[in-house]
Amino acid sequence: MTDPAIVVEDVVVAYGETKALDGVSFEVPQGTVLGLLGPNGAGKTTAVRVLTTLLQPTSGTATVLGRDVVTKASAVRRTIGLAGQYAAVDENLTGRENIRLFGDLYHVKNPKQRAIDLLERFDLTDAADRSARTYSGGMRRRLDLAASLVNEPQVLFLDEPTTGLDPRSRLALWDVIEDLVSGGTTLLLTTQYLEEADRLADTIAVIDHGKVIAQGTAAELKAQVGGQVLDIRVRPADVSRAAEALRSVAGDEELKTDEAAGSLSLSAPDGGAFLVRAATALQDADVELDEISLRRPTLDDVFLTLTGSAMTGEPEEPA
Amino acid sequence: MTPTTTTTAARPDVETEEGGFGLAVQDSLTLVRRNLTSLRRQPQLLVFTAIQPIIFILLFRFVFGGAIQAPGNIDYVNYLLTGIFVQTTTFSAIQTGIGLADDLNKGIVDRFKSIPMSRGAVLAGRVGADAIRNVFVVAIMVVVGYAVGFEFTNGVLGAVLALLLILAFGSAFSTFGAFLGLRFKNPETVQAAAFPMIFPLVFASSIFVPVQTLPGWLQAFVKVNPLTLVTDTVRGLALGQPFEVWPNLGWALLWMTAIVAVFGTISVRLYRKA
Repeated sequence: MTDPAIVVEDVVVAYGETKALDGVSFEVPQGTVLGLLGPNGAGKTTAVRVLTTLLQPTSGTATVLGRDVVTKASAVRRTIGLAGQYAAVDENLTGRENIRLFGDLYHVKNPKQRAIDLLERFDLTDAADRSARTYSGGMRRRLDLAASLVNEPQVLFLDEPTTGLDPRSRLALWDVIEDLVSGGTTLLLTTQYLEEADRLADTIAVIDHGKVIAQGTAAELKAQVGGQVLDIRVRPADVSRAAEALRSVAGDEELKTDEAAGSLSLSAPDGGAFLVRAATALQDADVELDEISLRRPTLDDVFLTLTGSAMTGEPEEPA
Repeated sequence: MTPTTTTTAARPDVETEEGGFGLAVQDSLTLVRRNLTSLRRQPQLLVFTAIQPIIFILLFRFVFGGAIQAPGNIDYVNYLLTGIFVQTTTFSAIQTGIGLADDLNKGIVDRFKSIPMSRGAVLAGRVGADAIRNVFVVAIMVVVGYAVGFEFTNGVLGAVLALLLILAFGSAFSTFGAFLGLRFKNPETVQAAAFPMIFPLVFASSIFVPVQTLPGWLQAFVKVNPLTLVTDTVRGLALGQPFEVWPNLGWALLWMTAIVAVFGTISVRLYRKA
């Protein structure tokens, strides 16, 4: 087996008393995608900054392709690409000029041709000579991504690549990223979108308050929730009555309610049989059902189970 | 907030410098070109940079000009314009800071730092581009100056040396702007922080009024103010008597060296940590 592309061992980043990372460890095998999933302020960006040599850890070690990010920083820089949380492009330059700029700074062999190829690959050829100021959000992200690939990095870091994009642009960018990793690039991706990690990542590390609280494939994480999830929708006024009725059949099962939306959800360990029991109990309590459905757990449910709270963190520490 | 990490300096095994001097120069020039292209696409910035000094020229020339007596037999317009050239390049240091803060804010500096390139190139590229911009601004001002009656009265060589000193001072002082940009990291804050520091330097100097007209306690500051020493040297070069090049030039060069040494060093350090 080849060595992992990224190894993070017990990394701590402390700002005085506050710990942005509090003993984080994980590995990313070569050619795979790790999704670093967590709410704002969880420490995702800090982890990326450590791995891309922008920030030295207070303690612990991190290596990229076997090279230490602190002592072999420039060797690491030669092999990585970074697309940060903001599309880091100069909006006064054209798309082509932006890519040329980074090609020149990397001293790639033929920066002019490299720019032509990358613009073509990211569907920006038509907009190549327009100033990036005129680009849509999705185009900017594609340009940013293209710029991070100028040096043909073996390991790519994408920090929240689709944050702030509309759903269509997000789907388009997912296609681009999938295409990219199919070529064998190792990717570390941070995201606060569960479906994004689900779609793009081979393995997921869930991070919260600077700690990795769970790690595994999407399927493994979902298995932690156990079985399926029952979603019920009733009139908002009926929510408390419905909850009472469900408690009689669900026992200690954790029941989540949203009064305003008129929704309830709870895990259904034995699936269909549970649905029938729940529906009967609600009917006996004279609660009118708008909707009742069984579904596989999402990563949202995983996060809820792991942390006891939904994915609404504090704003990310300004890096 | 600064992370409580051990600094690079404390870890001699840390390998951070990239390439050689040649590559550093090449990267700096790449960034000079990028910054100038960027500037060219923001004509409002160029216009603003040029208009402010023109307003100063017109105000002091026509509003205060009659009330202010220049030393010797010098025409006030000559006294004033030489000062305004220095004042303008001083203020332009703010743009250096704003440019850097802007790059920091947009994550562009992060990308630069993730590239195996010279750590000093981003600063050098910014200062270099601003030096070239100053050439244009000073050229505009000389033209406007001539239109309102200014002239170089100490020969071509004196004029050229005066302009070179003005540009050199502008570049030296832009390291102070770089410091502000990296320290405050936000274009608006940089602007807000710069004015209360730069205004007293500019007005409590010999730029607009002869030092002798000021109260004694203020003269003590004005006489050692680098802007006074640079401006007086510029006048010695551009206008000749009664202004002396020596020893003012010596003091001016000393100040410039000190400014670059202090703020250049701090800026590079801040950039590494940014």
